[in-house]
Amino acid sequence: MATHKRPLSPHLGIYKPQLTSLMSILHRATGVVLAVGLLPLTYWLYSISLGPEAYERVQNIIGSPIGLVFLFAWSFALFYHLCNGIRHLGWDAGMGFDIKTAYTTGYLVWGAAFALTAGAWLLAIMRGTL
Amino acid sequence: MKRLFNKDTSYRSHLGQVRNLGSSHNGTHHFITQRLTAIALIPLVFWFVCCLTSMATATHAEAVEWVNYPPNTVLFSILILVSIHHAHLGLQMVVEDYIHTSVMKALITVGMKFFMIALTIASVIAIFRIIFVFGG
Repeated sequence: MATHKRPLSPHLGIYKPQLTSLMSILHRATGVVLAVGLLPLTYWLYSISLGPEAYERVQNIIGSPIGLVFLFAWSFALFYHLCNGIRHLGWDAGMGFDIKTAYTTGYLVWGAAFALTAGAWLLAIMRGTL
Repeated sequence: MKRLFNKDTSYRSHLGQVRNLGSSHNGTHHFITQRLTAIALIPLVFWFVCCLTSMATATHAEAVEWVNYPPNTVLFSILILVSIHHAHLGLQMVVEDYIHTSVMKALITVGMKFFMIALTIASVIAIFRIIFVFGG
């Protein structure tokens, strides 16, 4: 067993952060954020079923400055995880594994995530809901 | 162990060779389910965000009307149920990667499972309540 030459995990303390490794851990982090975000989403849904007063209370929390900051962070996490998830699905299909493509798609994910987040908030402002 | 992966001498299919491997014997199912839920969520998330941009300041009556509209009821139910399942699969992977004491791992895994089931039931009850109590 001990004689097997097994690959070692990178020692994070001496490992230079790269775009690929940072995006990898950020995929996990945003995934956890979105999982936690399911709780307020379910609560928002539940508040509709409780009646107008409970719903108004939740809407006021979401519409408060702190609520909007969390909503904005949630929306970016959502779009980042969505775009990088599509990148992961490509890898699962065996596409885009070489370093150059991995970097190109990495930058594309950042661009798309920012653009979609900005687009969603602009759409909300244009529709007069903010 | 070597023979299991030797394609020349094995009559087993590729899928047959990887099924039931790993300590819990269901890693392949976990992997495939995670990908399928991910694919399903791509169009659903775009649809939901589009709806949210016009729903941000909706009154209670408007929110009820939105949930009560049959296509929305179906799509939103799918979205929330698939999201919870996808989140559960992802969180389980994170726990398995970072928690190394078996008692702690078992406690968190089982606790998370209970919590996800509770969240699923709560969202289903909420949708039913909205439709049948306020939907008219």
